Amino acid sequence: MTARTNRLGRGALTGFTWLVALLFVFPVIWMVVTSFKHEVDAATDPPTFAFTPTLEQFTTILDRGFLPYLANSAFVTVLSTALVLLLGVPAAYALSLAPVKQTSNALGFFLSTKMLPIVAAIIPLYIISQNLGLLDNVWALIVLYAGMNLPLAVWMMRSFFLEVPTEMIEAARVDGAKLPTVLYRVILPVVAPGIAATALICVIFSWTEFFYAVNLTAAQAGTVPVFLVGFITSEGLFWAQLSAAALLASLPVMIVGWIAQNHLVRGLSMGAVK
Amino acid sequence: MITLVEAPQSSEPPATRTRTRERSAAWKRRAPLLPALLFTIAVTQVPFLVTVFYSFQSWNMVRPGSQHFVGFDNYVDVFTDSVFLQALGNTVTLTVVCVFVAMLLGLGLALLLDRKFLGRGIVRTLLITPFLILPAAGALLWKTTMFDPSYGLLNWAFGIEVEWLSDYPLAAVMAQIVWQWTPFMMLLILAGLQAQSREVLEAAQVDGAGRWRTFVSITLPQLSRYLQLAVLLGAIYIVNSFDAIYLMTQGGPGTASTNLPYYIYQRAFEGFDVGQSSAMGVVVVAMTLIVATFALRLMFRAFDVSRGVK
Repeated sequence: MTARTNRLGRGALTGFTWLVALLFVFPVIWMVVTSFKHEVDAATDPPTFAFTPTLEQFTTILDRGFLPYLANSAFVTVLSTALVLLLGVPAAYALSLAPVKQTSNALGFFLSTKMLPIVAAIIPLYIISQNLGLLDNVWALIVLYAGMNLPLAVWMMRSFFLEVPTEMIEAARVDGAKLPTVLYRVILPVVAPGIAATALICVIFSWTEFFYAVNLTAAQAGTVPVFLVGFITSEGLFWAQLSAAALLASLPVMIVGWIAQNHLVRGLSMGAVK
Repeated sequence: MITLVEAPQSSEPPATRTRTRERSAAWKRRAPLLPALLFTIAVTQVPFLVTVFYSFQSWNMVRPGSQHFVGFDNYVDVFTDSVFLQALGNTVTLTVVCVFVAMLLGLGLALLLDRKFLGRGIVRTLLITPFLILPAAGALLWKTTMFDPSYGLLNWAFGIEVEWLSDYPLAAVMAQIVWQWTPFMMLLILAGLQAQSREVLEAAQVDGAGRWRTFVSITLPQLSRYLQLAVLLGAIYIVNSFDAIYLMTQGGPGTASTNLPYYIYQRAFEGFDVGQSSAMGVVVVAMTLIVATFALRLMFRAFDVSRGVK
């Protein structure tokens, strides 16, 4: 094989890769394009590629009361993530740097909760929420999302804690540093990026969660996925509006995900893949 | 349920005073773990135990006072319910096909990305985007802009007229789920590919092994841990698929695309049958546990859990 055909081959492969990527992501590109259309250009045969862009759909979405849903999503996401970190950081510490005797049991337990199908618990959760007056209340979602994300977070943060060199901790101890100092000065700087990555992953999962949100909330505490459900009946007529809503609903998570893309796998695999 | 790595036991101290001190030290070590543990038990295990209790009751939510103990009646009903059995079949099909296809596509994309080329970072960012779209938004967009028989892009692109959602409902739902999960598989496999040692690959090439030979004899065996993990994690998430079915087909036409999560939801929130839907939930958990016992073992091996356990 000559160097020239080799280079040609490589160029072709790069072109092919780009083509595949663009095709694969096309439904997303089409969503963005459609969101700037007038409704008359949105559902046409053949599809319309040239059109006068408009922001009309976005203002319509806001008029339809999108903001309260967005606010609910933000509130639930931030607070449930904070709760996960509050409970998860000490747990991850106890399972890595100062391991308790039953470490494997505890880790196995956290992992096994991820394998319980969530449908199996929805009926009691609904009835308990009803009895506590927590139906259509953001606090029910905050607690449930924290429970959903905690196992993931503990596993993931544990894998970050394990990367703290034990020599560093011992050296600080020898120098007479007390536990709070060691935690703050030695361990925190090493694990802080990991904790941030874990938080971003919890944000993604809380933001996109659908099952609990649809079954336990409605107009008061509904999150953005619940707002989107409103389009299920108006399908075919409001594609541009749907695209605009889908874009607004997804944008925060898309940005967070792009930032955290190097950590996504680590989070989803509960820290198994570095 | 799982074979666990036991931590070495410390030898019994002779004096009681040291023993108490040791015990309080052990509690001090456990303290940071306890809040998380108790919280998880309260939020995930307790509701499930209540489900088990409900599964032995006959209870319709719209008829107050109808609640009474019926023993195993609900379970008998569940196993003679043909829709339940169909939903079970659909769940297995959906999970197996989606995991397998997403993994193959993910492997292909990961191999394309595992080389240096112009705009690699951008291509990777583009490819993970379907995973970051709100699943509810993705499902609705596929239902309308892709699958719509009159104005959908698929029929236009292929010049055909297919009623995707009524003629091939399960396949359509699976296509959307595969699209959503392929990026995850790709990222995981890419991590595996990049963990390979360059020296071994170069040595193989020096020894005259071709691309294909190198891939089959060196890359694939090294990748198997990552592939196992991809299958396992993909299955955990995909078996619970609800959004796509709820938003795209409502389980229909008829019950053609109903899976277990959607059927349990229907029995509970449209049929108001607490007893029977709880019994289904318990059956699903029992089946999951059987699969999970096997899966957890694999998982512990993949995670190398003993690392860091002193």
